[in-house]
Amino acid sequence: MLTKRIIPCLDIKDGRTVKGVNFEQLRDAGDPVELAAFYAKEGADELVFLDITATVEKRKTLSELVNKIAHKINIPFTVGGGIQTEEDVRILLQNGADKISINTAAFQNPTIINRFAKNFGSQCVVLAIDTKLEADGNWYVYLKGGREKTNTLTTDWAKQAVDLGVGEILLTSMNHDGTKLGFALDITAALSSALPVPIIASGGGGNEAHFYDVFTMGKADAALAASIFHYKEVAIPHLKKYLNEKGIAVRI
Amino acid sequence: MKIVIIKYNAGNIQSVLYALERIGVSAMVTDAIEEIQTADKVIFPGVGEASTAMQYLRERKLDELIINLKQPVLGICLGMQLMCTHSTENDTACLGIFEEQVKQFETEDPTIKVPQIGWNTITALETPLFKGIAENSFAYFVHGYFAALGKHTIATTNYIQDYSSALHKDNFYGVQFHPEKSALAGKQIIQNFLAL
Repeated sequence: MLTKRIIPCLDIKDGRTVKGVNFEQLRDAGDPVELAAFYAKEGADELVFLDITATVEKRKTLSELVNKIAHKINIPFTVGGGIQTEEDVRILLQNGADKISINTAAFQNPTIINRFAKNFGSQCVVLAIDTKLEADGNWYVYLKGGREKTNTLTTDWAKQAVDLGVGEILLTSMNHDGTKLGFALDITAALSSALPVPIIASGGGGNEAHFYDVFTMGKADAALAASIFHYKEVAIPHLKKYLNEKGIAVRI
Repeated sequence: MKIVIIKYNAGNIQSVLYALERIGVSAMVTDAIEEIQTADKVIFPGVGEASTAMQYLRERKLDELIINLKQPVLGICLGMQLMCTHSTENDTACLGIFEEQVKQFETEDPTIKVPQIGWNTITALETPLFKGIAENSFAYFVHGYFAALGKHTIATTNYIQDYSSALHKDNFYGVQFHPEKSALAGKQIIQNFLAL
């Protein structure tokens, strides 16, 4: 049986993990390679690396880092942040990334989705959407790390992007991100029910029950979180044991 | 031991190379016919679309080369599917090593996603390729097409229906999942292949 995926997310700046992670087991928790290997060993199903530097001069640092990660870890990983061109994608895939994630650049120029899917395969093209529930009751797409609102409904953009060839959607609710009060179940379930591609839920996971909820009521195929894993508020082996006991298929 | 990874227009070759490096062996990535013929072990990877990949192989005469190899050959993902007779992906005639048919996952259930992406179990494991691998071990899959069950099936996985997650005939082995991304079980399977 296909299992639900648990995905830790690492934010990278200048080749280092940001957010003060604190792992006694690690000599250097700021080293993305060592942290990635730790999560892989803990039973993470995949990893996501988001490069928040993403400036042109730093791209070489990122590709070198991706290469080191690919040498070290034996589970799939996605790299995102500032990807705009086929050349950006090619460099990351050649250095061993399994998937790339795109966000603002895809919204501003949707044809890149089509080109990326054609050249590299849909399976490696993940669309990240930052979404926010507004007072009018609708979920809108936000760009540039949530700084810029659009008038596009999240469901519309997601459908268009799937038609253009994205293979997965990483959906982050800005209303829920950082709250630790649970994932956005309604919009996650809406996308998952409407679209033929897997939905990775992100934003708001604060305890083990939240993951159960997003896999059941939220109909998510995978769930992503950052700080609760980094700060050991939720440990992946325990989370998976909990989900398994509650009848959710997970890889143990 | 000379290990060759067949180079062609398909993805994930680097990942296979790095997985071998983690085991402590080096491999050559090449499409040179003589290098492939003289290898002790040949790995035929692949992520992509069947007809484009087959066309590429035919243009370089790699199709004839592969079917005539006598050393152990391991097809991965699309590589395994191309070793079958036919794929419904753009109605593609493939290499014809395994008679099992390759078809697209089809379901009326909108909550079941195609392609299958993620970790699934492998069962009914046969041959030394799976030596030391427990029944219901997890492997990482990314695929929209699958090989049906048949006489060459040596591992079974269920997604919408039971299908072949590994095939074997003579010196040819194929796995639908990605051993290079399947954590410790994947590592063991690669080591088993190298020990054949």
